[in-house]
Amino acid sequence: MANGILKRLVAAAALSLVALGAAAADSITLASTTSTEQSGLFGHILPIFQKKTGIEVKVVALGTGQALDVGRRGDADALLVHDRAKEDAFVAEGYGAYRKNVMYNDFVIVGPTEDPADIKTAKDAGDAFKKIADGGKAFVSRGDRSGTHSAEQRFWKAVDVNPVGQTWYKEAGAGMGPTLNMAAGMGAYTLTDRGTWANFKNRQGLAILYSGDPKLFNPYGAILVNPERHPHVKKALAETFINWITSDEGAAAIASYKLGGEQLFFPMK
Amino acid sequence: MSTGGVGTAFGEALSLILAFDHQVLDIALLSLRVSGLAVAIGLLIGLPAGACLAVGRFRGKQTLAVIANGFMGLPSVVVGVVVYLLLSRSGPLGDFGLLYTPSAMVIAQIVLVVPLMAAISRQVVEDAWRQYAEEFNAMRFTWSQSVRTLLHDCRYSLFVAVLAGLGRAMSEVGAVMIVGGNIDRSTRVMTTSIALETSKGDLPLAIALGLVLIAMILLLNGLAFVVRNWAMRRYS
Repeated sequence: MANGILKRLVAAAALSLVALGAAAADSITLASTTSTEQSGLFGHILPIFQKKTGIEVKVVALGTGQALDVGRRGDADALLVHDRAKEDAFVAEGYGAYRKNVMYNDFVIVGPTEDPADIKTAKDAGDAFKKIADGGKAFVSRGDRSGTHSAEQRFWKAVDVNPVGQTWYKEAGAGMGPTLNMAAGMGAYTLTDRGTWANFKNRQGLAILYSGDPKLFNPYGAILVNPERHPHVKKALAETFINWITSDEGAAAIASYKLGGEQLFFPMK
Repeated sequence: MSTGGVGTAFGEALSLILAFDHQVLDIALLSLRVSGLAVAIGLLIGLPAGACLAVGRFRGKQTLAVIANGFMGLPSVVVGVVVYLLLSRSGPLGDFGLLYTPSAMVIAQIVLVVPLMAAISRQVVEDAWRQYAEEFNAMRFTWSQSVRTLLHDCRYSLFVAVLAGLGRAMSEVGAVMIVGGNIDRSTRVMTTSIALETSKGDLPLAIALGLVLIAMILLLNGLAFVVRNWAMRRYS
């Protein structure tokens, strides 16, 4: 009896492993950022793309730094990320074939509604960061090499503050959502992209306290992982996607994504 | 979140189950398939390995037993990173293109459950072995005959090893998140969905999904209990 069961088990296991391995005919892997996934943008535009081309886009949502690493190792066909300096370096080093502008949104500084550092009256974004540092008010940083983390570091540098190691500066080492959860729990400030914030439900006492400085501009680029370095990259399929998302049609799809009546991403077309 | 959140979560969990929300159903099914398969393969390796550790007489046996016991608590995130590096296109098994597929998740979970099942199997079989050792020696059983006979005799007690493996596999998030990538309609399982909803700050939905997962694990355990009792009555 035991042997019979054993044989059946082995057969069933082998069969299901094969069944699990069977992938959809046309699909690409896109390494992207948590902001695009968690804001709900992909849930809106990818079905439109799939309906037109039949290509399924499998999104792995990571921080930009991690997404670039995944691309470097050849574990994705294309990237959609937001850290211009690192993106250009990625292409220059030969890991990416090329980069194209896709869309932008903006960063906002959120914090407790009482605004203890009084950043509502800040002259510009740099001033807002300076006020938080001068007041020693709690600030939660992504601390994960993401695009948002890079942007935040640029602001500290611009106002000559080195926050690392300060008691008021907490590095979460986490995605945007968990970082917002932390900030909400601690009543701290943090820098977030508008999309993730719009879709974030556990705000507690947090609100947008500073926005609007052109320096808070947050552009997203699409990169084809270099097929010369990684021959298994699905070049044709990935290019179909990159061409679509940068076309008028893709732009219209991006622009039509609204949350609570608010447009979250603006095509650069 | 106030206590009202938990109440909402219970309501939401109930409506998720009652509505047979097809997205949740798909995710739950994938969880079952991935973890079920990992446990099925894991038990083929783990149970005999544990029995060999109990019965065998070889050097380093004690050390291996300690390792198996210690690895019951193998950090899933470490397993995730190691399996990721193995399956990555730039890794030794990259040519198979398994990263970010359910197969990658099965592989990672096999690594997680094998030591657990081997450790429990070793303990169960060793206890039985102490009872029968003289008898088996008198019957001049070979080493492999002893292992097979003991595994067969202990089969009802070994159910707990299988259930422990299943519980471990279905509830871990660290490994499947890294090697699966939490891709919508592809590698998103119950635990990674819960992590995702938590990230979005939708804590009631995260708890609701958690309740569904706990209900699934309880249901499986109940089912196993019934099957075990039925089999015991039928075959012994």
